[in-house]
Order: sequence, then structure tokens, then C-alpha cells
Amino acid sequence: MSHAANWKEIEITSDLTIPKLFLQSAKKYWDKKVAMREKEFGIWNPITWKQYYENVKRIALGMVSLGLRREDKVAMIGDNRPEALWAEMAAMCIGGVGVWLFQDSLIDEVQYIIDHSDTQLIVGEGQEEVDKFISIKEKCQKVKRMIWDDPKGMRPYDDPILINLKEVMRIGEEIEKKEPGLFEDLVMKGKGDDVCLLFYTSGTTSLPKGALLTHYNMLTMGRNLMRVDPYFETDDFVSYLPFAWIGEQMMSISCGIQAGFTLNFPEEPETAQENIREIGPHIMFAPPRVYEQMVRNVQVKYLDASWLKRKTYELAMGIGYRKADLKFSKRPIPWYWKALDTLAYAGVHKKLKDHLGLSRIRYTYTGGAAMGPDHFRFFHAIDVNLKQIYGQTEIAGISVLHRNKDIKFDTVGTPIPDTEVKITPEGEIISKSPSVFRGYYKMPEETAKSLREGWLHSGDTGFIDGDGHLVVFDRTKDVMTLRDGTKFAPQYLETRLKFSPYIKDVWTIGDNKPYITSVICIDYAVVGKWAEDRNIAYTSYPELSQIPEVYELIRKEIAKMNKDLPPVAKINKFINLYKEFDPDDDELTRTRKLRRAFVEERYKDIVGGLYSNTDKVHMDTTITYEDGRVARIITDLQVMEVPE
Amino acid sequence: MAVTQEVQLKVSNLNMAFGGVQALWEVSLEVKKGEIFSIIGPNGAGKTVLLNCINGLYHPQKGEIFFEGKDITKFKPYERAKLGISRTFQKIELFKGTTVLDNIRLGRHIHLKTGLISGSIYFGKAAHEEIEHRAYIEREIIDLLEIEHIRDKVVAMLPYGLQKRVELARALALNPKIILLDEPLAGLNLEEVEDMARFILDINEEERWQTTCILVEHDMGVVMDISHRVMALNFGEKIAEGLPLEVQKNAQVIKAYLGEAEDLYVTRR
Repeated sequence: MSHAANWKEIEITSDLTIPKLFLQSAKKYWDKKVAMREKEFGIWNPITWKQYYENVKRIALGMVSLGLRREDKVAMIGDNRPEALWAEMAAMCIGGVGVWLFQDSLIDEVQYIIDHSDTQLIVGEGQEEVDKFISIKEKCQKVKRMIWDDPKGMRPYDDPILINLKEVMRIGEEIEKKEPGLFEDLVMKGKGDDVCLLFYTSGTTSLPKGALLTHYNMLTMGRNLMRVDPYFETDDFVSYLPFAWIGEQMMSISCGIQAGFTLNFPEEPETAQENIREIGPHIMFAPPRVYEQMVRNVQVKYLDASWLKRKTYELAMGIGYRKADLKFSKRPIPWYWKALDTLAYAGVHKKLKDHLGLSRIRYTYTGGAAMGPDHFRFFHAIDVNLKQIYGQTEIAGISVLHRNKDIKFDTVGTPIPDTEVKITPEGEIISKSPSVFRGYYKMPEETAKSLREGWLHSGDTGFIDGDGHLVVFDRTKDVMTLRDGTKFAPQYLETRLKFSPYIKDVWTIGDNKPYITSVICIDYAVVGKWAEDRNIAYTSYPELSQIPEVYELIRKEIAKMNKDLPPVAKINKFINLYKEFDPDDDELTRTRKLRRAFVEERYKDIVGGLYSNTDKVHMDTTITYEDGRVARIITDLQVMEVPE
Repeated sequence: MAVTQEVQLKVSNLNMAFGGVQALWEVSLEVKKGEIFSIIGPNGAGKTVLLNCINGLYHPQKGEIFFEGKDITKFKPYERAKLGISRTFQKIELFKGTTVLDNIRLGRHIHLKTGLISGSIYFGKAAHEEIEHRAYIEREIIDLLEIEHIRDKVVAMLPYGLQKRVELARALALNPKIILLDEPLAGLNLEEVEDMARFILDINEEERWQTTCILVEHDMGVVMDISHRVMALNFGEKIAEGLPLEVQKNAQVIKAYLGEAEDLYVTRR
């Protein structure tokens, strides 16, 4: 890589903290470089390092005057926006500990985390977050103040616990005038071993656990990642995934502050995809669902295109797939395939990349959940360097990564430098690195379970293949035993099926059962369009999901996938669910992983129906809306067989 | 906004007939600056006719209309728009083939000062003016109504709920002193109704806007919640006027609605 010469690694000592590095970078770049951009009122507004520094300083000193001391917890909730990052950095600068909440968290989760983390100060975006907090204020007595920054709709609020971010900054500025140098002194007091983040993991089984991460953890993880894939100060990164996800912290904070690249914040969550295209980032890290959505968008446009366009696309993708497969198998690509690929690239792939906002992408990562091989092939076919990342919150985000030119879509790659990964005799993946966390906050038993002699126990099952790549099978408890005794990962079937544009989510059942079955959540937009094109009338998701033609459509999609599978692993029966899986109903975690034990309990009638001779399952259940309202649903679901 | 005592719009003894149908009969009302003034009534009561008279689409056979003390009875619609009277329509009246942004810009047209020629050359003052108007639209309207994600979308492609919002945006582009809203909630789902009600309150209360609203609406839940005063029409005649609670209890109003009891009692909330 031509940039490689520019890459200078930062030495990470036990004294170095994220704020100290922030101060260095701010002074280095000052008003010469843009630290972040935010799109507002239709225009990208740059924020220089000088402005970044000054805003953080004001907020930090303001927080001090609100009574925040070292090791106090500051909870943050809201969209990705500069103010959110300033607040997090400000809290770290004065020795505070950041706690991030998912913006769409239900009120009980918010209350649990705020209470369990002993949060003293909350930083929320605007009215929605303020409303959330005020409704649980009485139950969160430890919270002293709540800071908000978006004035929209805030005119009738006069609760004295609330304070505007502008006011906090004004107070901070006054303190700075009275005690110049106080801010720098506070930053200098920090040590690398201080905890900087208390990160709640979205456990698939139990209550959220708070992982304690130090500056040293975060910085070494970033450094080790960048030893594999260097990032440069000229790079652009779009920050739009929740800050409460470790992947976003790892890019925006750990790597961002070391590499000095520019962070870009979209105008609104709804405009993220368009804004990504405007920026054309060099690096991207997102969970599989983001890439799955991209593929689905392309597939839907394809279904809608004219005959000529469809044929051109099919041809170009055929060439792309061929080249990608040769690359994956590390075979040389013959000159004629190269020539064809150049044509396909110029005609189709390049444009696709541009529309997806990936035209300048150097590395793009997926992690946090399993991704199907078909999705992987798709991106490599259009020449996007998509790599798998594996890691946990407990190891500051990442421990294993694909190397350029050594990508296998069924593995997650090899450990990053300074990191050891082993498999226990029971098959569990364990790892050790300077980035392994300190333990769970106020949960010594849980800590002892996952942290043994410096080794982090992941709870994932896997093995190391012949090339030294780590293969993650599944969460240990999720691995299925089929009727002939073979072990099988349900995730594999699920990710394969999700390549169909009509299928949004899948839950596969089959552990110790005579055959495998699936519960399908159709993609409302795509299937809805499909139905409209065929003059099939429907009014709602539940109705659409039960239309016989839709069942037939899904049956064909499953049969298509079944063809490549051994007989015992074929899906035998399925049901279209009357709703999508939703974190608000506890069916998914906030990072959208299926909570199997929970759905198994919740939908035991469905499971019963799939393993009996009935062709109808009667459902009587409730769904929860984000604002806590509950609605009752009574419906009959059809069971359909997929002939072998 | 605090409701003032200043009468902004005064309608006196309005009569309007279409052939043998008497659509309005001696209707008088006074809307105070800063109010949300709602007009209710069964279908065919003359609510939309009244709005059409106020903004100049119809010319009443008898009666006068005063806006901020000025007699505007004989004014043309565009002259009334220049004074600051803006409106939305029950059936969306947008340019379906153009983008959201262009539709909103058209609503701002009245404030453009550059002429045709300098406007088409787009140079100097004309460019400057254009940029200022764009900034106004972005900061004041698109941000307020949360339509950032559709600003470049073609209107016809948008779902109905969003088109309704664009309709409101277009009316706001005029920077009105008073806005006439003709059934802004009709056909919206619960979430969209809640959003729209919030926008109406914002337009009325936010320091930046403080716009008087005349609201014609069937959703009694929202009308009774957000209005300062309510007037009821039936067969072109005013049958009640007063605070929401008073009008709700008025025997004549209940009777007028008897045939459509659901309208008054069963609301969406």
C-alpha cells in the first residue's frame, strides 16, 4: 500500500490515556484539519480539531462544576452527533467513565443500566431522551443532573434536574477563565489503567452485564487492528451506528483518535445511507444486517429493472462471482477472466459500488453476528474488500480479523498482533491480549466465569482450520444436534436464507428433533411490492405473511437453498410469522441477535405445530410498541411443508 | 404563543350560495392573534367553503373579511398570500412530478425579488437571494417538519402521510402570519396524527413561528386537545362557538353530529 510509509504508530505506555492522545492530536492539527463533520440543514459543516478541543474543554469543566468527580459514571443516550462524542470525551478527560445506552432501549433497560452503573450524570439528545429519563427519575435517585442539547420541543420543560448543554459550556468557559490550565491538569491525572468505559453487553440470555474497559484496553486494541490495516489522517469514516455498540467505539474512539481520521455524522438516521454516499468513506465497520440491507436494495432494484438491465447485471455479476471464487480459493485468475472482469467492473460493479457509497472503500468489516457466504461473495464480486471481524465487548471489540488476500468466507480470519486465540478441549474459543477487560461491574461471579487466568472465555464454539483461521461455529448453547448425531449451526442455515430478498429474519429449529424447521419473517417492503405487482391485496404485515402465494414464494426460496444441503440439514417445514422479530419484544438483542431460548419459550405453540401433523397453529399473544403500549394479536398461522 | 386580545382576522355576516344551496349563512367570527381556532361540523357544513372565502378562492355574495384591520373582501388570492395568509388543502395540492424541495421553494416564490432575467442568469444578487431562501427553507421548515430524508424525492412517490407534511411545508414557506389548515389529519395513521398535531403546536407556540392557525378537522380528540377556541357549523350556519369544553357539551352540536355519532365520540385516541 502506498500509504504505508505515512503510517506512524503511536507508542502506548501505561501512562497514556485517550484524553492525553486527544490533547496531542488537537494541538498537532489545531485549525489546520477537520476533526469531524456534521450534516445539518442540508450542508456538511466542518468542525476543526481546535473547535473539537474547545468544546470538549468547556463541557468537561462544566461537568466538574456540576459535581462530577473521577470515576463517576456519565450515561449517554441519543443519535450519533458531535455533541455526543464531545460529552463522552469530556467525561473521559476529567476521569469519568462513559456508559452508553441504545437510543431505542425500552424504559426498563434504561432504568436498569442507569441504576446498576451508579450513573450520576446523563447526557441526552433532546425531548425524547428527556421524557424517558423524567419518567424514571424517581427510581434513579443517584442521578444528579441531566444535560440535553437539542432545543426542539423543549420549551415547556422546567424541571431543575435538567440543564442545557449550552449552559454547561458557558459555566465551563467561566471556570476556564478563573482557573486556566485546570482542564489540562485534570487530563494529566489520568492513567492508562483507569477505567474509561462501562459497556453494557446485550446478553442473549440474561440481564445486561457491564464490562469495564480501560484506556489501555481501548488503545492497544486500536493499535493492533491498525497494525494489520493502517488508517490514515486523510481517511473518512461515517459514524452512524449506535455508540452503544462496541464496534462504533472501536472505530470512532480507539482508532479515530490514534489515526486522526475525519468522522462524519449523518443528518438524521434516515438519511445515513445517502450521507454515506456523499462522503464515500475509506473504512467501514457494520454488523451483517447493514450489508444484508445493501444486498437486498440491489436485489429489489434488479427485480424492478428492465430486461436489458437485468441481463447486463446478471452477466456482470456472473463474471464477478467467478473472479471472487478464484480469489477465495487462492487460484490464479486467468488473463481472460481479468479482462472480462475489467469490462464488468466498468459497466456495472463500479456503479453499484458508487450507489452503495463504497466507491472509495479500502477496508470494510462485518462483525457482531454471522454473515452468510452469499452476501460475502456478493461484495467481493463487485470488488469491495469485505472482511470478517471477530471479537467481544470484553476484548474491547476485536481479536480476530481477515487479512487482505487471505479471505475465506466461512472463517473470521487470524488473530490480530499481540493476541492469542485458543480452543479449549470443550471447543470454546478463548483469547488473551492487552485489550482483555477488567471484569464486569459489580458482578464478581460473572467475571470469574469469563475471565480465568487472563484468558477471556467467549462462550462461542469454534475451531482453528488448516490455514490457521478461526472458524466460529455458533454460540455454544445454540449448536444443534441433528437426528443422525451430527452437530450443526443453525446460524448457517439462517444466514444462507437471509440472502433471499424476501426473507428478513429466520429462526431455525432442529435440536434433537426428527427434522429441521424454520420460522420466517418476510421482508414487508419487498414482499409487499412483490404482491402489489401481482395484484395481490393485503392491508398489513400479519395478513401479507399468511397469503398462500407468499407461502409459495417462500417455499421456493427455501427449496432453492435446500438443494445444496445434505439431507439431514434440509429445512422440512416452515411457518411465516405474523410479525418481524423485534428487540422491543425481547426477541432480539439491541444488536439484533436472536435470543433463541426466549423465542423458543414465547413461540412454543409454533414449535409444537411444526412438529405435529397439523397445518394450522392458533396464536393468541401480545406485541409491545416502543413507547410501552401493548397490543393483543389473535391469528392462525399456516404450516407448510417443503417437499424434498 | 400566548393568545393576544388583538383580532387578526374578522369575518362578518358572510353569505355564500351555490345555486339553490346556501353554503354559508350570516357567518361571523373573530380570530385572535396567536390562537388555534378550530372549525368543526358535519360533512357539507360549509367548513371548506369558509376557508376558501378567507383565502380568496371564493367570493362571497355578502359580507366582509378583515385581516389586521384591512378590508380584504375584494382581494385576489395572491394578494392575500402577500399579506401573510397561507393554507393547506384537504386534497393534497402539490406538483406531484417535482421534488419536495422544489414544491417548498414554489411556496416561497412570492418572496423572490429578483426579476425573470437576472433570476435566470443566476448571478450576483439573484444567486445571493436564492441561497438565502434555501437556507430559510432548510433551517426553518425542513428541520421543523423532519423531512430531511425526502427533500430530493419526487412527491408522487411518497406515501400519503409524508405528502401531507410536504403540503404543510409548502404553506409554511410563505412565512405566513395566519395559516388555514384544511383537514391536515385526514387519512393519517395514529403515529402520523401525533406527529402532525405536534407540528401544529410547534408552528403556533415556537417563538420563531407564533403563527395563528385556523384548523378545520374531524379528529375531535386532537381538536379538543390543541384548540384555544372552537366554532361549530351546520348547514352553513354557526351553531356554537367557545372553549373546546363548552362546544363539546353544546346540545345543538351534539344534535348536529347525531347522525355521525362516531365522529364526535369515537376518536383515534
